[in-house]
Amino acid sequence: MKTITTPSLNRRSFIRTSALAGGGILIGFNLFQACKPEVVPPVDIADINFNDFNAFIKIADNGMVTIFSPNPEIGQGVKTSMPMLIAEELDVAWKNVLVVQGALDTKNYTRQVAGGSQSIRLGWEPLRQTGATARQMLINAAAVKWGVNPSECTTNQGVITNAKGDKLGYGEVVKAAAALSVPEKVKLKDPKDFNIIGKDIPNVDVDNIIAGKPLYGMDYKEEGMVYVSVLRPPAFGKKLEGFDATESKTVSGVIDVFKFGDKIAVLAKNTWAAMKGKKSLKANWIDGSKLESTEDHDKILTDLLNGKEFNTMRKDGDVEKAFATADQVIERVYESPFLPHNCMEPMNFFAHVTDEKVRLVGPIQTPDGTAKRVAELLDRKPEEVSVDMTRMGGGFGRRLYGDFALEAAEISNISKKPVKLVYSREDDMSAGIYRPAIKYKISASVKGGKLTGYHLKEAAVNSNMYGLIPNFFPAGAIENYQVDVAKYDSNITIGAWRAPYTNFLAFAEQSFFDEIAEIMEVDRIKLRLNLLQNVKGNTDERIQYSPERLEKVIKTAVEKSEWGNKPEGVYQGFSAYYCHNTHVAEVADVVLENDQPVVKKVTCVVDCGIVVNPLGAKNQIEGGVIDGIGHAMFGEFSFKNGIPSHKNFDTYRLIRMNETPVVETHFIESKIAPTGLGEPTLPPAGAAIANAIKAAKGIRLTKQPFINNMDKKDLLG
Amino acid sequence: MPVFNLKVNGKSLSVEADEDTPLLWVLRDHFDLVGTKFGCGIGQCGACTVHADGVATRSCLLQVAVATEMEITTIEGLSEDASHPVQQAWKEIDVPQCGYCQAGQMMSAAAFLKETPNPSRSEIRDAMSGNICRCASYNRIEKAVELAASKLS
Repeated sequence: MKTITTPSLNRRSFIRTSALAGGGILIGFNLFQACKPEVVPPVDIADINFNDFNAFIKIADNGMVTIFSPNPEIGQGVKTSMPMLIAEELDVAWKNVLVVQGALDTKNYTRQVAGGSQSIRLGWEPLRQTGATARQMLINAAAVKWGVNPSECTTNQGVITNAKGDKLGYGEVVKAAAALSVPEKVKLKDPKDFNIIGKDIPNVDVDNIIAGKPLYGMDYKEEGMVYVSVLRPPAFGKKLEGFDATESKTVSGVIDVFKFGDKIAVLAKNTWAAMKGKKSLKANWIDGSKLESTEDHDKILTDLLNGKEFNTMRKDGDVEKAFATADQVIERVYESPFLPHNCMEPMNFFAHVTDEKVRLVGPIQTPDGTAKRVAELLDRKPEEVSVDMTRMGGGFGRRLYGDFALEAAEISNISKKPVKLVYSREDDMSAGIYRPAIKYKISASVKGGKLTGYHLKEAAVNSNMYGLIPNFFPAGAIENYQVDVAKYDSNITIGAWRAPYTNFLAFAEQSFFDEIAEIMEVDRIKLRLNLLQNVKGNTDERIQYSPERLEKVIKTAVEKSEWGNKPEGVYQGFSAYYCHNTHVAEVADVVLENDQPVVKKVTCVVDCGIVVNPLGAKNQIEGGVIDGIGHAMFGEFSFKNGIPSHKNFDTYRLIRMNETPVVETHFIESKIAPTGLGEPTLPPAGAAIANAIKAAKGIRLTKQPFINNMDKKDLLG
Repeated sequence: MPVFNLKVNGKSLSVEADEDTPLLWVLRDHFDLVGTKFGCGIGQCGACTVHADGVATRSCLLQVAVATEMEITTIEGLSEDASHPVQQAWKEIDVPQCGYCQAGQMMSAAAFLKETPNPSRSEIRDAMSGNICRCASYNRIEKAVELAASKLS
């Protein structure tokens, strides 16, 4: 097994300093890549260019530290946790640190980003090195001033002390420090000396959020801006033949109506007028390509699973032989629907296209890629396109796709006006990009009381599992093991949805292991633990989950959840999973109220290495578990002749407070480098409650959402 | 277009708008009070919750013509300096993830606690179930409402 390490970086290539004209020092650095050697940070904050460096630290003459973080914040907390890593090694008091989302881009530069559950894992080393480098430069400057050796100096909370006990604040030496060369080697703190990492640090934006300040793309405004609502084809496969905007143009406030591609834009003086104008449009839609239905997909995916055309993602031993010689073969099919992301903040974007430049502002997880696509669409030079990021009212994968920014840019390009495109909830839910509908067939062979073969087949709409997913547990644990995938190409747009593929695969696999244990009549925890023994010492580099760490979270979950020792009437379900480099085990406690299963509590044990910010980490964990339960229970989305089944929250059911369990979180204490938490607690949740419902009601759920697959009398809520 | 006179956060404001314009869009587009959020437009998610004569109301369904008769309070007016016990409880518990729904959550909580000063946990869970949090920060919202109740009593 390979230990995951952060890429080693040459500090000289990614850290540069300059003395600020207004006093203090500015340190520019790149988190994940080297910058051009000739580039130096500007002497004025207003000249910060995130194209040269992707983050900056300013240390002012008064010792205050400002960290400019341009990474997108979608609610996962990196705007708080990433600066914590810098502040720790810089050795300053957190109360003296101000975190600023990268200043508004006024100079035509795009920004680089880091995304997904990888920000903390990848930033762990470079962010701390940057803080430590700045600290060393400040020490060196103080040492020169005192005429002592830097090694005699120590720091504490922004104050440097020498052997004689003389003290200098960081602010007193920043000017001298800016003139020094960047040290080649710096020592990072021993984790036992951490003052900030591991402490509960509140969300840096919490004051603005509770006061209702403008933070989100939806809140962005500019003088002269017009509001846009777009009418899109009512079904996947339909295209625009023609339209009549006569009535639309009579709506007071409507400025203009025009067609672009197969869509119609309504420009107005305010959002309501744009929405009303859109409702008054009369459009003729004709069939452009096939109008698909979930009914057809069900059959197609089933045929794919039963067919022979697969791509093999991993193959150990010979599953067919294992099945042919088995005492027993167990086979189950698990089915999931499409899912919309349903970010609380509907998609929106600001665009202003002029002859000189293309300016975009809004909530986007991929500003750099989106800027490039806009440049291509409008046939502009990439350097003419700028993107400014706002805080995001949720992402869940949806804001990786810049389709809404492209629409805004195209509309501004046609109208030559600064525009703010706003999706209604109906637009948001029906315009596309969904988690693909997927079916899994899992087969396992048992011989002599042992699991001898495991064959996982995936049939999905448009896209299959990727990366290292086929090498997750139980890869390496079963001698004959194979993962095969097949897909059906559809005109329904799909994409990443929080914990892509594993969000449902974990349910299938962990439900299957529960059932295997029942059929084999072995303890369900022991079955998992015994399988993990087979992985210990495995040298396959593709297997990156740790059997030791998975074993530890499983055993801790057993202990903390009082597994098997609950009073009568409490039914428990177990699930454990590794994804996004984090190991998780969950136990759901279900009781029957009026004979209906109700999830009361989920005990969640997480090994994410060092916990950078426990306060933020627990929030992610609680949210991930409840999100996983909500979508497994209620998430339903299908198509009839290309038309989405749900368009708003009157029929699309999201989990609400009266349906949520208490999530009790336990961390495995660790000195290992941290890993991400935005996604990994979601995947195991579905199986934990399905396994508990099996214990309570005897119903084995294999299809999501559960609510559609239980007897009416078993309906929850 | 008709002109409507409204009382928002104690101030008299007037707006020229179609009479069917939801208060939500008057607040956001005309008065620059963008703390009140758009989520669904059909009164299902609670992101746009304001107080109309002290009652938690979905501003996406309240037409401006009707709102003229009422005292409207938005998140910006819940307190001058975010010092309302509900806002302070939200901060102490560190409730927000993405934070988009939280203004509506706090407005629902503030109105609920005014009517029910010492709520039981199940009363809180029922009262707050009209507001969706897509990040599912529900455990913390529940705790924050409990904390706010204790601050208010």
